Amino acid sequence: MSSTTLPVMHDHASHDTSSMTTLGFWIYLMSDCLIFAVLFATFGVLAGNTADGPAGRDIFNLRYVAGETLLLLLSSFTFGAGMLSAKAGRRNALLVWLAVTLLLGAAFVGMELHEFAALIHDGAGPGVSAFLSAYFTLVGTHGLHVTLGILWLGVMMHQVFHYGVDEVVLRRLNCLSLFWHFLDLVWICVFTFVYLREFL
Amino acid sequence: MFGKLSLSAIPFDEPIIMGTLLAVCLLGAALLGAITYYRKWRYLWSEWFTSVDHKRIGVMYIILALVMLLRGFADAIMMRAQQAIAASGSAGYLPPHHYDQIFTAHGVIMIFFVATPLILGLMNVIVPLQIGARDVAFPFLNQFSFWLTAVGVVLVMMSMFVGDFAATGWVAYPPLSELGYSPTVGVDYYIWSLQASGLGTLLTGVNLMVTILRMRAPGMNLMKMPVFTWTALITCVLIVAVFPVLTATLAMLAADRYLGMHFFTNEAGGNAMMYINLIWVWGHPEVYILILPCFGAFSEIIPTFSGKPLFGYKSMVYATASIGVLSFFVWLHHFFTMGSGANVNAFFGIMTSIISIPTGVKLFNWLFTMFRGRVRYHSSALWTVGFMVCFAVGGMTGVLLAVPGADFVLHNSLFLVAHFHNVIIGGVVFGSLAAINFWFPKVFGFTLDERWGKVSFWCWQIGFYLAFMPLYVLGFDGMTRRMNHYDNPDWHPWLVVALAGAVVIAMGILSTGIQFFVSIRHRHENRDLTGDPWNARSLEWSTASPAPFYNFATIPTITSLEQHWDNKVHGRAYVKPEHYEPIHMPRNTGDGFIMAAWSLPLCFALVWHIWPLALVSLAAIVVTFIARTYNRDTDYYVPANEVARIENERYARLATVTRISQPSSRHQEAA
Repeated sequence: MSSTTLPVMHDHASHDTSSMTTLGFWIYLMSDCLIFAVLFATFGVLAGNTADGPAGRDIFNLRYVAGETLLLLLSSFTFGAGMLSAKAGRRNALLVWLAVTLLLGAAFVGMELHEFAALIHDGAGPGVSAFLSAYFTLVGTHGLHVTLGILWLGVMMHQVFHYGVDEVVLRRLNCLSLFWHFLDLVWICVFTFVYLREFL
Repeated sequence: MFGKLSLSAIPFDEPIIMGTLLAVCLLGAALLGAITYYRKWRYLWSEWFTSVDHKRIGVMYIILALVMLLRGFADAIMMRAQQAIAASGSAGYLPPHHYDQIFTAHGVIMIFFVATPLILGLMNVIVPLQIGARDVAFPFLNQFSFWLTAVGVVLVMMSMFVGDFAATGWVAYPPLSELGYSPTVGVDYYIWSLQASGLGTLLTGVNLMVTILRMRAPGMNLMKMPVFTWTALITCVLIVAVFPVLTATLAMLAADRYLGMHFFTNEAGGNAMMYINLIWVWGHPEVYILILPCFGAFSEIIPTFSGKPLFGYKSMVYATASIGVLSFFVWLHHFFTMGSGANVNAFFGIMTSIISIPTGVKLFNWLFTMFRGRVRYHSSALWTVGFMVCFAVGGMTGVLLAVPGADFVLHNSLFLVAHFHNVIIGGVVFGSLAAINFWFPKVFGFTLDERWGKVSFWCWQIGFYLAFMPLYVLGFDGMTRRMNHYDNPDWHPWLVVALAGAVVIAMGILSTGIQFFVSIRHRHENRDLTGDPWNARSLEWSTASPAPFYNFATIPTITSLEQHWDNKVHGRAYVKPEHYEPIHMPRNTGDGFIMAAWSLPLCFALVWHIWPLALVSLAAIVVTFIARTYNRDTDYYVPANEVARIENERYARLATVTRISQPSSRHQEAA
């Protein structure tokens, strides 16, 4: 989405590295998207197989999940604001936005872990039924991605601090931005097809 | 501390395995000793292990594949020997559990660690040279990908001696591959070796796709791209589209085995058919991933040795693309017997038959290219002709199997085994050997010995038909695949013939080995001084052999589909440029190697449940990668005078050549 706004840099190899990296990262994201597609498809097939265990309706708390969703959507907004600062070259504002994004992401992961712990505690762990296996794996894979995103955010904050917003840092921030918004999009699907579906 | 690992994991009571272990240890010690004695460690490290040169990485892929071909073939000949012995009451020499591991390892190794690295290696070597690029888009990633594949290889080899390998068949169908039925570490070795190498393959797919899309020389629009690069592009699209499916599927199987989940179990609502669907959603496009670049190689070889442009370039491109698309709509033909109903089966049966149409287009294109050409029977041309015959037979038996009714009779029989060997050996093995004979001089600067190349070709041809035609008969006769022993005496003679065929193939493999040995010994007589030993047509033949590390001193401007041929016809080839410019190149690095090296203990620890080691290894990978992102000295410029020095040497060599292969006047008319 932001490949057009990248600074175009021509070096002697007659190709610009930044847009190649962005294209490569897009392709990687699409492959990641397919991992989620497989997990969604499997969830779709197995969602009814509760095997005498609880169904989603019995264990999900829609209010709680809506809170998680809000955190993640907000973090996408703050990341967007951060990218605007990055492109304007405002380093300190960028750092603040990235820090807020990181905190929101961490809060999301914290809430998810808390939800998982409560479910396992209530005897609705991933080993109970095929439905719960698919649920924990799908939602957990998303959570793992967010966790990686948080680690990446931390590294990028240090690099912004260390190098300033130069071409390489901007390129990486662009990729991270794609990654972060992508995870948001996946979460919208998780919210709709995993949680909301149970209550329709 | 050591998880499930203990000394009892080493199968001391299996004489065959222990003998192999001894041989591996002795040979390994000899190899390491020789490297140490000749002081080659530094050379290996700085020139190969840390190299980001796509040609070197490609060569390492191919060497890895050829070594693993020996292992996979050893498995094959052991199975053939077992089935030739274990008739009518005899138990043979391989106990069932060992035999089951052998047929599993044979399939896994031949697909993942022979065919796949051969294809990845060829694409790595050839694609940047064909499109006039100096390296791939992400050289560091390329190195990491290769070493991940190597880690997969090490894990599979290790499983033989420490623990065991999966005894489930090469796609590890649950519920057999679940913990309840496969309680040993075999399936875990299977999972982690494929996860490591699968990640490597995916990253290579991304890498080469960006390379082809973004790094073509100026003027080379998509329809001026050589066919091999086209097939590589489609293959990369397929890789990126299906390897994530494999990753996710194996991850779910791992979740069942490690975390007690119920994706594919018999209990608690698991659904084994989900796995079988998913694995073939990956698995069927995978066979096209393997065959398409071979089609590409044949499409380069035939015009070269027929002295004519490829017949129907555009239809070749569209045929490749449509095979790529169709490959996603046929996966269910691997399990027509699942019981999904007549209509579903009919759909997938028809789609499967439809694939033979673009494939037929290709076959006729090759035949029409040869028609009225001046065909030179170089060994790569022979492999190509051998392929066309063999693949046509395999394709026809494939269309037979595509009929669901017929498949109900033939599925899981040796007819099926004969069919897929017919297309994979006939297509991928013949294709890779043709490509190696064809492009070897471009990488190493001397041609391969023709005599031993032809001996190898004839051994493979005769051996192949002897080994696999009997399996068609046996399949019709009702013999199922993967049998440890049997009591039908009618089958025995056919299996003895099949063993004889395998022995002839062994002589073919040996001949290829001798071919390399003889060629290296006589390399000075067979130097390729021009860079174009076959009077070939596409861009890679316009640069020197061996290609300099920067591939092209000046990036060519593309005006024609057959750039080098056109240059020769119009006298623009081999013209020395007036001046050179500095060349921007990636710097060698050990980081990709180190990250992949840490993934070996990571996977090993996961197999054996050694959690502290797994955590440490994972942390090491992450830290190495993050540290890498702080390294800003990842590229450099080759100074113009250094380029001039290397190029001047090349033009001095060219001047010594009395006759550069040039298109004759008759060819000029054709061009």
